[in-house]
Amino acid sequence: MLLSALYNYWVVVLLMMTGLYMVIAQGNLIKKIIGLNVFQTSVFIFYISVGKVTGGSAPILSQLATVYSNPLPHVLILTAIVVGIATTALALALVLRIRQSYGSVEEQDILTRDSQC
Amino acid sequence: MELILDITLLSLLLVTAVYIAWTRDLFAAVMLAGIYGLLSASFFMSMGAVDVAFTEAAVGAGISPLLMLSTLAICGRAQRANPQRAILALISVTVVGLLLISATLEMPAFGSPDAPAHLHVAPRYLTDSMREIGIPNVVTSVLASYRAFDTLGEVVVIFTAGLGVLSLLGLQGETLPRQVQSPMAEPSHLVLRVVGKVLVPPIMLFALYVQFHGEYGPGGGFQAGVIFAVGFILYSLVFGLDAVERIVNRSLVQALAALGVLVYGTVGVLGIVSGRNYLDYSGLAGDSVTGQHLGIIAIELGVGITVAAVMMLVFFVFSAQLVRGRVVQHAS
Repeated sequence: MLLSALYNYWVVVLLMMTGLYMVIAQGNLIKKIIGLNVFQTSVFIFYISVGKVTGGSAPILSQLATVYSNPLPHVLILTAIVVGIATTALALALVLRIRQSYGSVEEQDILTRDSQC
Repeated sequence: MELILDITLLSLLLVTAVYIAWTRDLFAAVMLAGIYGLLSASFFMSMGAVDVAFTEAAVGAGISPLLMLSTLAICGRAQRANPQRAILALISVTVVGLLLISATLEMPAFGSPDAPAHLHVAPRYLTDSMREIGIPNVVTSVLASYRAFDTLGEVVVIFTAGLGVLSLLGLQGETLPRQVQSPMAEPSHLVLRVVGKVLVPPIMLFALYVQFHGEYGPGGGFQAGVIFAVGFILYSLVFGLDAVERIVNRSLVQALAALGVLVYGTVGVLGIVSGRNYLDYSGLAGDSVTGQHLGIIAIELGVGITVAAVMMLVFFVFSAQLVRGRVVQHAS
């Protein structure tokens, strides 16, 4: 069953490419940051998919379960999510500063302003 | 059944992502990004990653859209199209995507127990952590004890990002006229005010539960910090920034952000003082399991304080910008 074995990874690739497309094609800085977020979440989904074990329960030890999912990817992604929101906030702050200086958040306007001076 | 759930959630995620890329209304894109966060949280839940799902629900569907909406309120919601670039981007994205998909063909099947990822350190964490650390939630014992040094680095990154936001925008907000109301606070919204007031105490209580129950169930400092901040943010959305700043003013939040990192680092130094390595808690108490317990509670507290403080700080700075924009608009 190729589909059920690799479906998760294919969706991850498609999500990642959607995010990358937004970063490359869209000139609006806020849209670029949303694209980066989509990209970032696709990596989270990849890690969590890798950590899944068929029939495994959440990695909280108990008498009822013998098989658990891999806890290590969970740890990495848990911290990555919070670091991700902190860096997103920093990126948005940069956007606000750019808007104050250039009066626009469109990449083209910023480049034209730059070439004028 | 699990497979159907998996495929449905991932397909929904894909549809949402494509629509985010498609739409040119940034407001719609941000709202959909919130839905995207909630969907991915549900997906993490179905994968058994309860701690991750918790965090993503609070961050991806809560704080992240909120910050983006505050940015949109200043920058406007319209977006310009760029057709020539779109075609070029589409071609390069397709090529990269095909390369990546051909790479996945060699990957071990999804969920297979003998994949390389499950064969090295993970079995050791699962079999030995109960004896060495003595707490049931393996994610917490890896996060706070085995890999405490990683987590320290991440807390410092969060703190630094908070500092960055502050140095980019924070210093401009100081000259605000004090009588300006927060733009979101509309005295006429009676339902919002009543419901908001009722909701805040349970949110705080839940945050404390998540903070201190993280060793036995899903939870911990990162999740609790975000939830705690959400309580304050909700209050300031309904009652205005001034009402919140009467309880926790900006300088207190800044000090707390640094205090959390300090608590974390000090616990590490205590490890050295007790004759062990940095961030090794075994020597903190009579027997090593109790020592681990104490150490984990202390550093989770540090993490919670820093995360909550940085999230609140970022929100305060962003809404001060919003108020400032209104004042400038009003004056001109």
